[in-house]
Amino acid sequence: MKSNDTKNILLVGVGGQGTILASKLLSEGLVRCGYDVKMSEIHGMSQRGGSVTTHVRYGTKVASPVVPLGCADILVAFEKIEAVRWLAYLKKEGTLVVNDYELYSLPVLTGAAEYPEGVTEKLKSAVKNTKCIKAAEIASSLGNIKAQNVVLTGALAKSMNLGHIDWKSVLTDIIPSKMLELNIKAFETGYAL
Amino acid sequence: MKKLMTGNEAIARGAWEAGLHVAAAYPGTPSTEILENLATYKDICSEWATNEKVALETAAGAAIAGARALAAMKHVGLNVAADPLFTLAYTGVNGGLVIVSADDPGFFSSQNEQDNRLYASHAKLAMFEPSDSQECLDFVKEAFEVSEKFDTPVLFRVSTRICHSKTLVCEGKRNPVPVREYTKNCAKFVMTPANAKCRKYEMEKRIAALEEYSENTPLNRTEYGSKEIGIITSGVSYCHAKEVFGNDASYLKLGFTWPLPEKKIRDFATSVKKIYVIEENEPYLENFVRALGIDCTGRDKLPWVDELSPQTLRSLLLEEKEETSAALDINIPPRPPVLCPGCTHRGFFYEVGKYKDIIVTGDIGCYTLGMVPPLSVTDTVICMGASVSAGSGFRKALDIAGRKEKIFAVIGDSTFFHSGITGLIDAVVNKSAIVVNILDNRITAMTGHQENPGTGHTLMGEETYQVNLKALCMACGVKEENIRLIDPYDLTATREAVKAGYEAKDPFVIITTSPCALIKEVMKKRANMKCKVDEDKCVKCKMCLKAGCPALNWRGGRIYIDRSMCNGCTVCMQICPKHAISKEGE
Repeated sequence: MKSNDTKNILLVGVGGQGTILASKLLSEGLVRCGYDVKMSEIHGMSQRGGSVTTHVRYGTKVASPVVPLGCADILVAFEKIEAVRWLAYLKKEGTLVVNDYELYSLPVLTGAAEYPEGVTEKLKSAVKNTKCIKAAEIASSLGNIKAQNVVLTGALAKSMNLGHIDWKSVLTDIIPSKMLELNIKAFETGYAL
Repeated sequence: MKKLMTGNEAIARGAWEAGLHVAAAYPGTPSTEILENLATYKDICSEWATNEKVALETAAGAAIAGARALAAMKHVGLNVAADPLFTLAYTGVNGGLVIVSADDPGFFSSQNEQDNRLYASHAKLAMFEPSDSQECLDFVKEAFEVSEKFDTPVLFRVSTRICHSKTLVCEGKRNPVPVREYTKNCAKFVMTPANAKCRKYEMEKRIAALEEYSENTPLNRTEYGSKEIGIITSGVSYCHAKEVFGNDASYLKLGFTWPLPEKKIRDFATSVKKIYVIEENEPYLENFVRALGIDCTGRDKLPWVDELSPQTLRSLLLEEKEETSAALDINIPPRPPVLCPGCTHRGFFYEVGKYKDIIVTGDIGCYTLGMVPPLSVTDTVICMGASVSAGSGFRKALDIAGRKEKIFAVIGDSTFFHSGITGLIDAVVNKSAIVVNILDNRITAMTGHQENPGTGHTLMGEETYQVNLKALCMACGVKEENIRLIDPYDLTATREAVKAGYEAKDPFVIITTSPCALIKEVMKKRANMKCKVDEDKCVKCKMCLKAGCPALNWRGGRIYIDRSMCNGCTVCMQICPKHAISKEGE
């Protein structure tokens, strides 16, 4: 019994972008749907601007909490260069959801390293199923750039055909009430893309 | 209904259900959230201890008094607590005592990768190794039973992937265990050499009884699939093995791993064709298996550095290669962790970095990041507290060699309370003319903002006494005229203090006094404080970039400041030689 029906999601981003909330929403929705779910976060130094990853796996019975290399059904990158950094985790016919957003690390900010040009184009040519989403722009237009994580969660739910989950009630139970309306809109906008 | 829980949440929940009375810990990734979660149960007395040794001794005292007690720490913390650990194995307990060691295979946030299972066999402690959150909850309850039944401290060994992974858990109810009777028993609890020797004979009997438990407990179980391969494994490695081999192998899944079940292992080995031992870091299980004369595959194929993953097993044991998406022809810029925008440590490092003949002995905490370019300040980082004492040793060696460099030891508030204070006393008494810099940001920051003896609050949220660092340093023997308190956002004051320390002939202390920029109240207060660049005045000398602030940006031939990140600390403004940066907001 290799856990054949196990689906693999890898969320990657930069500390402070809200990957952890996104994975919380996602896994909560999956649990309510009756799946076995395992999720693994590495956030040791995330607060200090480091790269963060969250593994989410679901199915009838999940063994390891870690998405194996080359096995992610979907890679959701909250920042463009992070998509490149973690691309080897995406399986051959997998889907890439990438936020059209650049965050410069200190070596880039000080001119010690360069942020490469044409990342989106290269990603699109390498991965057939690439969805490039202007999540930051969308979230800003809805009123708060911080909701970009929920826009991406919506797009992820759509890409993984998870429309049967009652996302509104998941959002209602997890997001503080004063931010709820904005986040529901963010989710719906992401889902509709 | 089942709930998703991290291993740390589940350990806390299980301990609460087991009727835990007293818990103590020093924060350390990946263990920190165990106590943070325990603190949410108001019927447990949960405390942040000054260090791990204090945490274990607090828990041990509570257990001897008859309470169920728990101490939690990261793997290197157990080194600090090793002294009581070994002797507690002699005394045994009264109420149950569980010591959680959270190891960090893969170096996610630690200075080494030691495998603390070896402590169990060395100190002779019953050991549990859960593989997921449900087992964390169930095993911790069993651990208290074993501790009391066999009169032994229990080592509860987890790792980053257990602590920080969420899996489904069924919760139970609290078993309200009363605190046991305490009766004075010097022969058991006063470890004079004569008493200790008697206790060691008692330990022998206990070990025999635990060996029997290990053979019979369902925590050590076999799962039969194909008998071509038999896998002996424990902890998260079991999950990875199951992922890769599924029903194409049989498993001896060990949840109770000291003492190990000799007969069970022999029986399993004879029931399968070949044995794989799958474990991270040290060949702990493998050495035992080999000592039984059983041939196996393990460390000959698997790495002893880094954590395991399904793909390492797949490629090294099955020699299968994963098909991955094509790598792109893109030079990926690194994204190292850095001091946050507005960090109170930045100005200090900037000023110290101006001296090419200052050697900085560093310590464990956010300020380790002072080593990152462009600040590039820090020569050594070893362990908690080593900045001060290693600084003293450095001083002695330089003096013998006739070298004139100055030694600046850099340590945080919490780390100073943890084990820097002993080094300072030592430096004063042994006349080491070093400069001890206590970067006091009023919080234990790196692990995510825990209270410490300087913050005035306990883990349970009560107000408490606040230790005065300056008075403490004076009590350690540092002369008052050799102590400077500075606001590290004020570069002029910082520069003067650093200069005074540089020129001092006696042990000297600099204490910075600004709270961490990420503390909620600080963020609120500084929300509207920003710096901005006047394009007309900026000559693009890039001096400001030497502050290494992530809010400062050099792009398209100009400097600009990211307003969403800036908290108006003004370090860049003070550095700018052309006064091209100004401040807005109060």
